[in-house]
Amino acid sequence: MTDQTLAPVQTGTIENAIEFLKARYPDSVKDDTRSGYSGVVVSKSQLVDVARTLRDELGFDYLSSATAVDYLGVSDHMEMVYHAYRTSGGPPLVFKAQTERSNAEVPSLIDVWPGVDFQEREAWDLFGIRFAGHPNLKRILMWDGFEGHPMRKDWREAYYEEDQKPFESRWPRGYIRRAEELNVYGRNVRYPDDLDLGALKDDSAEESLYSGMGLGVDVSAYETEGIKTDKLVVNLGPHHPSTHGVFRMVVTLDGETVLSLEPVMGYLHRNHEKIGERNAWLHNMPFTDRLDYISSMSNNLGYALAVEDLLASGARYAPPSYRAEAIRVLMVELTRIVNHFWAIGFLLNDLGAFFTPALYAIAEREKILDFFEATAGSRMMCNYMRFQGVAKDLPERIRSTANLLNDRVRDFNTMDYLTEMITERLPRAIDDLDRYLTDSEIVKSRTIGVGYLPPEMAIAYSTAGPLLRASGIPYDVRRAEPYSIYPDLDFDVAVRYNGDIYDRYLIRLDEMRESVRILKQVLPRLEKSQGESIFSGNKAIYMPRVPVGEAYGRVENPKGELGYYVVSEGDPKGPQNPWRYHVRAPSFINLTALGAMCKGHKVADVVAILGSIDIVLGETDR
Amino acid sequence: MYGMGILKGLGVTIRHFFESYAEDIRYSGRRYFGAKSDFSERQGIDTRGVYTVQYPEEKIAVPERFRFVPFLVVNDADHPEAPGEDWCTSCGICSKVCPPQCIWIVRGEDPVTKRPIPQPEAFYIDTDICMNCGYCAEFCPFDAIKMDHDYELASYDRTTYHIHDKARLSKPFSYWMSIAPTTANEEARDRGSWEHSDVVKEKKKAGGAAVAYTPTESPAEVLALLKANAPKPEPEPEAAAASTAVASPVAGEAPAAEAADGEKAARLAKREAALARKRAAKEQSGE
Ligand code: SF4
Ligand code: SF4
Repeated sequence: MTDQTLAPVQTGTIENAIEFLKARYPDSVKDDTRSGYSGVVVSKSQLVDVARTLRDELGFDYLSSATAVDYLGVSDHMEMVYHAYRTSGGPPLVFKAQTERSNAEVPSLIDVWPGVDFQEREAWDLFGIRFAGHPNLKRILMWDGFEGHPMRKDWREAYYEEDQKPFESRWPRGYIRRAEELNVYGRNVRYPDDLDLGALKDDSAEESLYSGMGLGVDVSAYETEGIKTDKLVVNLGPHHPSTHGVFRMVVTLDGETVLSLEPVMGYLHRNHEKIGERNAWLHNMPFTDRLDYISSMSNNLGYALAVEDLLASGARYAPPSYRAEAIRVLMVELTRIVNHFWAIGFLLNDLGAFFTPALYAIAEREKILDFFEATAGSRMMCNYMRFQGVAKDLPERIRSTANLLNDRVRDFNTMDYLTEMITERLPRAIDDLDRYLTDSEIVKSRTIGVGYLPPEMAIAYSTAGPLLRASGIPYDVRRAEPYSIYPDLDFDVAVRYNGDIYDRYLIRLDEMRESVRILKQVLPRLEKSQGESIFSGNKAIYMPRVPVGEAYGRVENPKGELGYYVVSEGDPKGPQNPWRYHVRAPSFINLTALGAMCKGHKVADVVAILGSIDIVLGETDR
Repeated sequence: MYGMGILKGLGVTIRHFFESYAEDIRYSGRRYFGAKSDFSERQGIDTRGVYTVQYPEEKIAVPERFRFVPFLVVNDADHPEAPGEDWCTSCGICSKVCPPQCIWIVRGEDPVTKRPIPQPEAFYIDTDICMNCGYCAEFCPFDAIKMDHDYELASYDRTTYHIHDKARLSKPFSYWMSIAPTTANEEARDRGSWEHSDVVKEKKKAGGAAVAYTPTESPAEVLALLKANAPKPEPEPEAAAASTAVASPVAGEAPAAEAADGEKAARLAKREAALARKRAAKEQSGE
């Protein structure tokens, strides 16, 4: 990974690139001819070579997503799907590697893109695909003693009812029962036959905790300039306020200095993707709220874009109206501001400035959430976007009536409220934060030069969002592969070049300012489109027919690139459910770089470096 | 100069301090004794400083679209024609569109003919599982299920309180109007009437007309409208006595039976008869 240099920027269309690949590897690169699919299928034996050609000769230096699909019952094989992009912008080159289901194995791409590390571990964990050449292939989201690979189509969860919702038992004879009435306590967990439960409790617990981490818990003494010190393994988390949730870092220390760090996650894992495949298409929308729960609006948008991409190939599809798009942009840019306020506030918490900066930062968030609540019905779990539009138009007034529970009333004109917020309050608050923190000597001395991530490493590790842009790579999906009405809007991609915590703080300020700039352009568009429809489909349809195919919808989420890889097998008669629903979570993939960033710094800096990535565990663990 | 940055930051802190207190002093008395709009001003967009709300003594008013665990709309207890009647027709759409599948509905059926009738026999929502997404309310074709504003649902025992049954879920239409007047008006405008869309259809079939939609935000006004337009009720003494319980339907003949002749009326009469039989069966079983 260190020997890697920035790939030469190559241009040319995707078709040219595919032609090039097919000419170079005539036996192993084939077009994916399934209807609704795109890209190429690469035979396993040459996967690594093809990947290297893509990166070094064709300029696809950024691997956005690597995920697996189980086609049991369709073509009975498993497939790894990769989306590679150029950091100079443009559409992806999608390539796939197929393997049989039993003894599934695919060569690891970790030497080409170290950013696939966690994603391949996830595919092993959830699908049981082995990656030849992966140095640390072990479970990442499930616990080590877990039986089976839950994302395989033939794996059934403890409270399994049916493959697909809606469940038969709910109507018309919906005599209620609780799930646990079906699963008597204690019988709903299966352990592998050869697992010795006792072994997890006894003295070997320490070892099993760290086994396979390559750290070794042996307290081997070694000398540093006369003073005898021990190598020490320390757990930060899982229950620790600095970890922003339930997240663990196993750190090996020499005195105060970090020798190595390995993130351990999965404590909040609920198999979001399995739930998503049981769900119908529409059902997933409120579940996406719960990924990055600070930014539910933009999570919604990414999913809507992915499914709209599939719907667009079918009949009777009308793209969302201009007003719907304007409202979407309004919502996601407000969300970006909310998220960055939050990120900066909590970065300062991590630096030890307890809660004063955080409170100032989230005071403005309150106003934005009030608006979300009045429009979408909820402050955080917005569930606001729909395929082909949004759920409801902006209300004329942000209004509360007194009722049984609340005796206060409120009444503001929505457009006045928005205008005041966007033109006055938010710029003022951003400047305020700037004045408060940017020049502070304490902030500077704790952050400048700490947690440095060089640009070539930022790309190689597939990092995204502020983390990538603070390392000098001006890559922003809103410009690189524009969606919605962003091409109409005038804004700059924020970029900083030092790649340390301080720049990651500054770039969030920059991005908030850019967001305000966008919002100021959205306001007149909202005024102009008043009365226009906000939904271009049939409102009463709750089970849309989704044509067969695959789609990858991605948006520039506040935390980085959020992607949804969805596959529809489009059973024409039965219920309409996604065959595959995968979330490329920016927090999860950004963490791949954490170990490298922390090496050589002090323990106290680890907390700040983690804070500067800005993770949220709802999305990391899914 | 070293330290200037910190001093500048402290300046910001002290300004926040004064702003919060200046505002609080300006609003202090009015917050507790003044007009309600003062509080709203304090929460408004042009205030400065930080303010807090002293829950549970004070509560922030939730906006109209706020959504919490759903409830079922039923007619008010003093509805002139069908007091306490469910708006839900047990069509099952909400239970299908519910993402975590927490709605359980037993469709109503005629105790004699066993044919489905448009009224739920039982209706449960497991509030532990409900994710407050609002789909049920969004996709119900009869405006019969709505998102509530009552978020104070904590209890000591989940097994006893957290599955809401039909009696607990049912709330009168006037309550719905009181928490979300704008939405209630929009929906009534779309139905063309303050009455249930089925009632509108039936009355039309029977040659009459339902109470037309006139914009108003007062539930009392809607009731008055309904009463003024109701066919002359035959005085029934038990009806008044039983009307206190909102959810239990009261034995009272709907007026449509005496309507015009023809096939439509016959079908209508059948439906009414089935509903009546059902009510009778319920009463017999001691409900
Ligand atoms: S969708 Fe409405 S009418 Fe149909 S069962 Fe649900 S609440 Fe009743
Ligand atoms: S609000 Fe959502 S989760 Fe709750 S009952 Fe309605 S549809 Fe189901």
